[in-house]
Amino acid sequence: MSATLERGLNALREQIDAPVASFFSSCVSCGLCAEACIFYRETEDPKYTPIHKLDLLRRLWKKEYTLFGRVASMFGLMPSITEDDLKEWEELVYDSCTMCGRCSMVCPVGNDLTMMIRKMREGMSASGHAPIELVGAAGRHADYGSPMGELHPALHAQIKHAEKATGIPIEMDKSGADYMVLLSAQEIAEFPDVLAAMSRIFKKAGITWTISNDGFEATNVGIQLGNRDVARTLVTKVVEAAEKLGVKGVISPECGHAYQALRWEGPNLIGRAYDFEVIHIIELLDRLRAEGKLTTKGKDMGKLTFHDPCQINRRGGINQEPRNLMNMVAGNFVETDDAGTMNWCCSGGGGVGANERAADLRFKAFNRKKRQFEKVNPDKIVTMCAYCHHTLEEQLEEHNMEIEVAGLTELVAEYLDDE
Amino acid sequence: MNNPNFDLLMWARGPGFDIALIIFAAGIVLRIVEIIVLGRKKDLAPAKGNGVAQGIKTIFSRSIPRKGLVHYAPITYIGGYIFHLGFFIAFFFFGAHIVFLDELLGFSQWWPEAISFQWPAFGRVIIESAVALAVLAMIALMYTRLTDPVRRALSTFDDYLVWVLSILPMVTGYIAVNKLFGDPVFMLALHILSVELLMIAFPFTKLMHAFTFVMARYYNGSIQGRKGAES
Repeated sequence: MSATLERGLNALREQIDAPVASFFSSCVSCGLCAEACIFYRETEDPKYTPIHKLDLLRRLWKKEYTLFGRVASMFGLMPSITEDDLKEWEELVYDSCTMCGRCSMVCPVGNDLTMMIRKMREGMSASGHAPIELVGAAGRHADYGSPMGELHPALHAQIKHAEKATGIPIEMDKSGADYMVLLSAQEIAEFPDVLAAMSRIFKKAGITWTISNDGFEATNVGIQLGNRDVARTLVTKVVEAAEKLGVKGVISPECGHAYQALRWEGPNLIGRAYDFEVIHIIELLDRLRAEGKLTTKGKDMGKLTFHDPCQINRRGGINQEPRNLMNMVAGNFVETDDAGTMNWCCSGGGGVGANERAADLRFKAFNRKKRQFEKVNPDKIVTMCAYCHHTLEEQLEEHNMEIEVAGLTELVAEYLDDE
Repeated sequence: MNNPNFDLLMWARGPGFDIALIIFAAGIVLRIVEIIVLGRKKDLAPAKGNGVAQGIKTIFSRSIPRKGLVHYAPITYIGGYIFHLGFFIAFFFFGAHIVFLDELLGFSQWWPEAISFQWPAFGRVIIESAVALAVLAMIALMYTRLTDPVRRALSTFDDYLVWVLSILPMVTGYIAVNKLFGDPVFMLALHILSVELLMIAFPFTKLMHAFTFVMARYYNGSIQGRKGAES
């Protein structure tokens, strides 16, 4: 057995716990998880059945963690996992799963398949079977602080730009501010208007905030790649920056997996709770709305619809908040079918969007959203994740659909009553 | 009274059943312990919702299909419901089974003052309809397992074995009660033996889901519930 294979299997073994064992023990091979999966539904290829994507983890559990399996393997009845298996499963685990979580919502015995995909990626990456793009992004993240490389100059330029646009100064590295704002690399590179939007909203609400030069980027490729060490390093950077500044809270940006990484996995990665609160920007805006600190004037009268980012809604529990905000600023808000908790993924999450090899599959998977958008026929699609935003724009262009995409924070700021 | 099948029936009701019961009970305990000893790490992220409450709620709520899903797999959903309900009705509400369970579990012995711990049985029409529907549902489920590409690809020996072991008690029970053919004593012995096979296979097959689904649903619900997310 090669060293990398052994390392991969060890990483998988570390992931097997009581929930995993109860999930595999309960599976009745009913196949209903496939019906919830965007990749299966849009291709009808049975290899994309979610529980099948987990088969290597299941085999390892059965062989080593059940008495029956251990006895059977003594008689040579349980084949070992090979390099070829890992090679074959790499596509299933990384290219055809965005960890969107729909399968975990429909499994009749209650299996959290998505959580197990996240776990299985730990073993896949440890054994050297992860998409090159994610491995590269992890390297850039470690070396330069973001998956897109060195972003300090771009950040500083965007801050200057926002200050000029709003006339409100943004003070970096300010100790004792209420909140430390994080951005996603995607926002800094592609959607920097969010900075000016937050700047105006926070001024109106009387919130003090800052951005740290030591940790301003919230994305976490370690979560997508399935590498706890990378994920821990990236979370630690943000936690140290926030604790150094002594802020009360850290604002998780409009980015799905960043919220998952920082809010839910982070404390478990670093082994302790934080000294500060982590709040998603949309959660905070809705809180300000409820407290009467965020008021708007006028509404967008075009037909607007909302795309729920999987990691923020289904896997993150933020469902009603964006709708409260949409109703504030949208005069003609129409939901797509399955909107909310059972939304369909934009097809780019979980690292799939960065994975060139998966491009054709991703375009095919988007047909689901395409049909939903065609049915509503909106003027604008609003979302609360910069990567969904990016993916939607890419996909709409690929499918020759001319619909504008907007971030919810920017939309709220557009109608902010701050005169 | 010289029917040699009586010996078989007596063995099936006596030593045969004891052996099956021991394997069944010990196996289930072993499998559940195997799961629990793996433990799980404490979640250090501050909870947003009540994980315990939602875990318990999900044990029940997951019995209802999510909106829109039945449309994609009607046979699996509807067949699944009919099979499970039919099986449970026949198992728990057939008069002879109630007497048997009472003797096995010793309710009447422990609480003689309760006169009887037996619950009311359903009429024959209900029981037999339930069994007939459950058998038909199982045939439909096997049809999708063999013809639907997803289910065919997922199926292993375990799935086919469990199907055979689950349908046998219903078919043999139906034949024995209605004296359809063969010697009724022999048919009753066969019925009991088929149940014993099911019990012996139970801990080693996917039949375990009948117990572990409670844990799986709880974990799923509690993981999501902590985050304030639906499950």
